[in-house]
Amino acid sequence: MTSILARKDRSAERKATEALPRNPTRRTRRLRYAATVALFLLPSAIPLMAFTVGPMIAALWISLTRWNLIGSMKWVGLENYQQLLADPATRNAFLHTLYYIVGYLPLAYAAGLAAALALNTKVPGRSLLRGIYFLPVVTSWIVVALVWRWLLNPDTGLINWLLHLIGIQGPGWWTDPVWSLPSIILASVWKDLGFIMVILLAGLQAIPEELYEAARVDGAGPWRRLFSITLPMLSPSSFFVLVLSLINGFQVFDQVYAMTGGGPNNSSQVVVQQIYDLTFRFGQAGMASALSWMLFAVILVITLIQVRLQKRWVNYA
Amino acid sequence: MKKPLAVLCIAATAALALAGCNAGGQGTASGDKVTIKYTNFISNGGNEKNLDTIVQAFEKENPNITVQVTTLPYKEYATTLQTDLAAGTQADTFDIEYANLKSYVANGTVAPLDGVDASKYRPSLLQSYESDGKQYALPTSFSDVVLYYNKALFDAAHLPYPNSSWTWADEAAAAQKLANPAGGVFGDFQNITFYEFYKAVAQAGGKFLNDDGKSVAFNSPEGVKAAQWLAEKSGTTMPTPAQGAGTPDFDTKLFKDGKLAMLHSGIWVASSFADAPKDWDIAVEPGDAKKASAMFSNAVAVSAASKNKEAAQKWAGYLSSSQVMAQTRISAGWELPPTSDESALKPYLNQGKPANRQAVFDALNSVVLPPSIGENQQKMTDIITNALGEVAAKRSSAADALRSAADQVNALLKQ
Repeated sequence: MTSILARKDRSAERKATEALPRNPTRRTRRLRYAATVALFLLPSAIPLMAFTVGPMIAALWISLTRWNLIGSMKWVGLENYQQLLADPATRNAFLHTLYYIVGYLPLAYAAGLAAALALNTKVPGRSLLRGIYFLPVVTSWIVVALVWRWLLNPDTGLINWLLHLIGIQGPGWWTDPVWSLPSIILASVWKDLGFIMVILLAGLQAIPEELYEAARVDGAGPWRRLFSITLPMLSPSSFFVLVLSLINGFQVFDQVYAMTGGGPNNSSQVVVQQIYDLTFRFGQAGMASALSWMLFAVILVITLIQVRLQKRWVNYA
Repeated sequence: MKKPLAVLCIAATAALALAGCNAGGQGTASGDKVTIKYTNFISNGGNEKNLDTIVQAFEKENPNITVQVTTLPYKEYATTLQTDLAAGTQADTFDIEYANLKSYVANGTVAPLDGVDASKYRPSLLQSYESDGKQYALPTSFSDVVLYYNKALFDAAHLPYPNSSWTWADEAAAAQKLANPAGGVFGDFQNITFYEFYKAVAQAGGKFLNDDGKSVAFNSPEGVKAAQWLAEKSGTTMPTPAQGAGTPDFDTKLFKDGKLAMLHSGIWVASSFADAPKDWDIAVEPGDAKKASAMFSNAVAVSAASKNKEAAQKWAGYLSSSQVMAQTRISAGWELPPTSDESALKPYLNQGKPANRQAVFDALNSVVLPPSIGENQQKMTDIITNALGEVAAKRSSAADALRSAADQVNALLKQ
């Protein structure tokens, strides 16, 4: 009895003596771990706070005021939002942006997929070709826009000249309100297909070769293999491309600014171009901030819907 | 581990904040050397050296003041100034335009200037930068728009040169004969924008705004005639946007290369034609029902936030009224000095090319100023320019385009 008690006491004593030094070490270790994590996050957290989150909150405040950038701000509550909702220019800007996305997304994805599939085979010189396809991605939009303005020049451009050779009268491209957005879509697909190709290539290379072998043994042809193996196995990469392209599509600006400036006659005026004009040309920074937040809300809702819907078609097997 | 880090953060932020403050601050004690910053567009595109001449003369007379000049292209100037003003990084003195004066005064951006020697300036120019009896900016120059023509092309076509009695019909007929599409030669060039339209409406005998300024008047037979006059040149005697119209420096380069017979442009481009290979001259712009010429003036203002307002105003005064400035501008053909001394302007008449410099003064006899509607000015300018673009591209008739533009501008005027 006594011996058991003594043993118990001793073990309790041992626990206590062990616990004493161990607890602080664990705490320090945890603190040290947290500090290390913080240290690694800091380089991206500081710019994120200073240049993204901070300005976003400031813009929310500005969106509730009337401000021409140089004078003092005047509190107007939700008036900017009400005016924007009633303004046909806002509706036009959103419709043009949607038009751009609907035209751009399928084309860019199909072109990127075709390039990825072609360059995933053992074509000679495929590394060089991959590099060439990726080149427009790292080129400045200003340069690309100038080149495409020249290619699409209705009178002297290369594309209308080629169309003329096969007996087609080319359209007015960026000088024609009907063709201004298609011109921008064309240039954007050309510039972005290399980026989409690289992501899809990575996805393609992760598909195990055995699946194709098994399919071949079972007598599946190339189309069957594409639709039953490649595309389902590629769905996580496709989802990534879709989310990214949609967000970028809503924020389309550089190419519009450089190719048409929103014209002719506002026919290619997109949301971000409208935000730019409101701020820097019309002196309505409050209105522009309100439109920025409206755009943010639209992108957030659409991205949330996409994340919800991905369960139905994205295959993470 | 955490604490030193936090301290480091605070220190870094404080350092940044201090650096920001230092960038804006300057020595203020009198007797010390003072640096005045001046941001301008007036010297951009060929007159940078002439501005430098004025700066050096000023610094020689005022050894305690150094002027630090930043020159921006006109196209970027308004945006850059607005951004600087929002950030509080504007220069001590900066160029302003007549159309923006109202909003700058209302927002307390520009400092009122006391003790300006009004006798040195052309009264009408000085008064246009006045508000509530106070002077808010000093005119640095004025200029007008004339018709440039290539003598060699007129000679080759055996046509008489344009003169002050010409009308639109004369100009159109000459342009038709001078245009040579096969040789890449165009007959005429006039920008199809708001700035040409309000003048053309006046030339046709109409008005842009009604007298009360509360509704538009350009939606009239005269307005339609003016829109047609501008728009119908495009694609016939004048290059289209696809051919390059509307891109910076396109028209002046075309004229310099001898590929353009007539050009409507301001006298500020004259100095860049000095070394044009073919002989050229100027005439007062042809009118229709009457003559009307556009006049523009530029001005310099002192920032209300400047720490050296006294020195800044001294520079602004020198830039706008000194003898050195008047002489430099006249000998360079760099717009006209805003001086009240008519005799100082005389030498302008015999500075060589163009021979008919009298046209610059003749044009001042029938000046029409741009309509100014305040806050929504840029929106109005866009609406008019877009409507004219539709007419020029033959997607809309002049009457339809102006009717829709009138509705839009009237809506702006009601705001």
